[in-house]
Amino acid sequence: MKIGVFICHCGNNISATVDVEQVAQHALTLPGVVCAHTIPHACSEPGQQLIKKNIQEKGLNRIVIGACSPRVHEATFKRVLAQAGLNPYLLEFANLREQCSWVHEDRQLATGKAIDLIDMAVNKAARLEPLTSSKVDVNKRTLVIGGGIAGIQAALDIADSGHEVALVEKTPTIGGNMARMDKVFPTLDCSACILTPKMVEVASHPNVTLYTYSEVEQVSGFVGNFKVKIRKKARLVDMEKCTGCGSCTLKCPVKAPSEFNMGLDNRGAIYIPFPQAVPHIPVIDKTVCSYILKKKCGLCQKICPTGAIAFEQQDELTEEEFGAIIVATGYELMDWTVYGEYGYGKYKDVITSMQYERILSSSGPTGGHIKRLSDGREPEVVAIIACVGSRDAARGRPYCSSVCCMYSAKYAMLTREHLPNAQVYIFYMDIRACSKMYEEFVQRAQEKYGANYVRGRVSKIFERNGRMVLQGADTLLGQSVELEADLVVLAVGITGTQSTIELAKKLNISHDEYGFLTENHPKLRPVESSTAGIFIAGACQSPKDIPLSVAQASSAASKVLGLISHDKLETSPLVAEVTILKCVGCFRCLSVCPFSAIEEQVLRDGTKVAQVNPALCQGCGLCSATCPPAAIALRGFTDDQLISQMESLCQLNPEL
Amino acid sequence: MTKLGYFPGCSLEGSASEYDQSSRYVCKQLDIELVELPDWSCCGAHAAHHTQHKLACALSARNLSIATKQGVDSVVAPCPACYSGLKSAQNQLANNPGLTEKLKSELDLDCNAKGEVFSLVELLSHIEPETLKAQVKVDLGGLKVAAYYGCLLVRPPKLVQFDDPENPTSIDNLLSAAGVQMLPWDYKVQCCGAVLGISNPDIQLKLSGDILKMAQLAGAQAVAVACPLCHANLDLRQEQINKYCKSNFNLPIIYFTQLMGLAFGASPKGLGIDKHMVNVGPLLSKVGIR
Amino acid sequence: MAGTSRMKQPASVRIVRLPCTGRINPLLPLRALEDGADGVLISGCHPGDCHYREGNLYARRRLELLQRFLPFVGIDPKRLRYVWVSASEGARWQTIVAEFTQQIRELKARGEAS
Repeated sequence: MKIGVFICHCGNNISATVDVEQVAQHALTLPGVVCAHTIPHACSEPGQQLIKKNIQEKGLNRIVIGACSPRVHEATFKRVLAQAGLNPYLLEFANLREQCSWVHEDRQLATGKAIDLIDMAVNKAARLEPLTSSKVDVNKRTLVIGGGIAGIQAALDIADSGHEVALVEKTPTIGGNMARMDKVFPTLDCSACILTPKMVEVASHPNVTLYTYSEVEQVSGFVGNFKVKIRKKARLVDMEKCTGCGSCTLKCPVKAPSEFNMGLDNRGAIYIPFPQAVPHIPVIDKTVCSYILKKKCGLCQKICPTGAIAFEQQDELTEEEFGAIIVATGYELMDWTVYGEYGYGKYKDVITSMQYERILSSSGPTGGHIKRLSDGREPEVVAIIACVGSRDAARGRPYCSSVCCMYSAKYAMLTREHLPNAQVYIFYMDIRACSKMYEEFVQRAQEKYGANYVRGRVSKIFERNGRMVLQGADTLLGQSVELEADLVVLAVGITGTQSTIELAKKLNISHDEYGFLTENHPKLRPVESSTAGIFIAGACQSPKDIPLSVAQASSAASKVLGLISHDKLETSPLVAEVTILKCVGCFRCLSVCPFSAIEEQVLRDGTKVAQVNPALCQGCGLCSATCPPAAIALRGFTDDQLISQMESLCQLNPEL
Repeated sequence: MTKLGYFPGCSLEGSASEYDQSSRYVCKQLDIELVELPDWSCCGAHAAHHTQHKLACALSARNLSIATKQGVDSVVAPCPACYSGLKSAQNQLANNPGLTEKLKSELDLDCNAKGEVFSLVELLSHIEPETLKAQVKVDLGGLKVAAYYGCLLVRPPKLVQFDDPENPTSIDNLLSAAGVQMLPWDYKVQCCGAVLGISNPDIQLKLSGDILKMAQLAGAQAVAVACPLCHANLDLRQEQINKYCKSNFNLPIIYFTQLMGLAFGASPKGLGIDKHMVNVGPLLSKVGIR
Repeated sequence: MAGTSRMKQPASVRIVRLPCTGRINPLLPLRALEDGADGVLISGCHPGDCHYREGNLYARRRLELLQRFLPFVGIDPKRLRYVWVSASEGARWQTIVAEFTQQIRELKARGEAS
């Protein structure tokens, strides 16, 4: 055993509080240590050279480095070991900066502690084993879940680079929430005009397999090798035969609220969600169809010129393999009817922002004419209330919707364009318009379109003489205000969805209490999920506008391309390992493993023992702590290694 | 027979004695025994909790400790302000053992924090509607009434944890069971101006006027209340409201217990209905009560 | 975070690095106490927020049991504490370390040799 110890001054970050020379001198007295050096900056080029030179000249086979946090430079020094011809896992790190010099002031105490930390590290280093990683093949296909703008963008980016993509969308058409919108800020270009070409492109792309009306049923496997079961729900319409003529949808006698139009009008039991739907093929809603429920009607079947109606169709399950997964499942509006002060949803003329999008849209239920839902009258006064279900901790929604400031301004402009004589009032808390051209957009709403901004929350809405009365406060004037309006649009906050939470469970990725998926690092790994090979994009991660969703989708796509550009992946060797001779085959490890990394292995004599799949193992060590006969060791953190650290610590310091 | 401590509070001894009369009558009819707390003191009203929280708490704690001594766990207060004071004191005592000890050592107050504090509306809401209906002897079906709850009966929601703070229905349910036609309206919990009637009458008159206006728009022939202060602002000051708002309201303001009492067959006089400033007589004769 | 923000802490703490609290076999803290450590503080991600999905949930059960077991082997349960401190909660870490160190010092001052 030839251990080399290197103590870093870190400029004076460490040496100001820790007597590094004394630490090095002490290290020399420890068993197995053949050299101990101090280095002004171990991570610098000369520092690295010194370590390499010592490894080669003195034949060192274990290295201890006392420097900063291993999070900062462990990877750097692993590389140094590898370059010097030493297995990189023969390195042990002692954190003398974040855990010692930066948090203590007394030089003597800090030096004493540094000596202990080096002692512990040397003791552990003596027990390190060379470790090698294994390699696994990478499947080059990618699964994108969610066919909104983020999913479409990610799928197109990957497909354009020449790789195969499967795009799974749970509703009958792709397009997502963006397809519902009328015009979009800050340019006020028509949402459909910029979205539909992309929908068509992704559907017809040779590298894209589109699964609409389909859901991910089950996911297994690991980065580079996911196995995914997809349920293709029965449309009851043969997609091969259907021409999308739509005659069936016109004849259907059943009425059900249209999901696409946010319940503002009705669709049939057989319907195409909206005129630009992709694929442009109807679907039968099994929960309302008379034929399915009562075996009566069947009009659609009679009228279909190509015989495409297929009542006997069943759900289909298909299993496919992918190397990477992008989740882009989007958002929905929070349930605003918890707001009793706004009438719990009982007033017809208090509507949501997404309903207003549909009313403004020329393909919407009112043909783009702004009308009250109660009496069909054109409103003279339109009031918009921002932050309904956003920044409201009392209602369990402390976060900002990040888009309602902007679309409220947009509504002011569009309302005035549709109804030049209408007055628009916007009740707001703060205006957050901090992206390119956003502030200018809000200014334009105020100055050119004459939107009346009232700073303050609306505390009550009620009906009086057929008009809606808003009571609230103008916090700038310090007055209470009462406004009579004909139409009230609630800028309802954004929430993650229940179906995303369910999907997250299948994928084993984390989500927060609001149903948003959690990124691996809020700043530095914003599109990676907590599981390797699974990426997140768009509003399923947090409330986002279209530009950000698209940017994040492309970012996730580029991460996927980076991943599948490798033919093989190296896995971390810091994984669990079973000593077959000790294993009694109780498989408690198998039941606790959160990553399904433990498998049964049948030996030649028929006994069953546990086996770790190193590609799936994330190295948490749960199995190791669970195993009754201690047959599973977590490499790099074995019982022996940990106990040696604790023992050296306790023996050294009878008193502290 | 249910037995509870009864805290009438100052208003019910004076300006709102008819609320006291009718509350006692209704409870008696419903087999609820009210034990008036002997030597009860003021709940602290508005003044105490505005000046010193500890004093406000101690005043109510004293009344709760009397209840404990009387051997009744739970206390009912018809007046929402008294109710709010007692409820918040009880809540503080339950969540702050240090305070309970302090009150015991400094003031020798022994409070059982386990008992409950009810408003009269809440207490009566626990009774099955069928039981109420069984008591009805006089048909009030011709009366169209808007129930006005005011601020403190259902708020703050975290403290009272009773009924809906935005659209309460408990009084509506009670009076519907008593046979009265209850009207849906939107001003059930709007502020009547409360004590601003003294310090800043302009605000109170406007707010109370708005309430009367909305009740009238809803088609109400009378407004049912559960608070002596709301009653005073809407009834006693209705003439001032008419002057200030240039209106001509003539809307009887009736305690909900009085309406229940009428339905249960009590005489208007026995319920103190003749004490209101806005004459209720003409309305009652419409439904055949003299 | 506490280190990066240079939050001062008692110098009597030595940290043994582990990937996850789920790795902790209850015998490890017991061994440390047996070897002469005055106290063992175990810190991990908050329950429900485990970097390895659910390791800390197992740890919570095991350590709770261990803590109740300590008196049976003659060790004051105050010598073991398990806490949940996320990587961003430097100030919380600082407070907890200071409190725990103080608690252990008081145990020592009372002459309860470990």
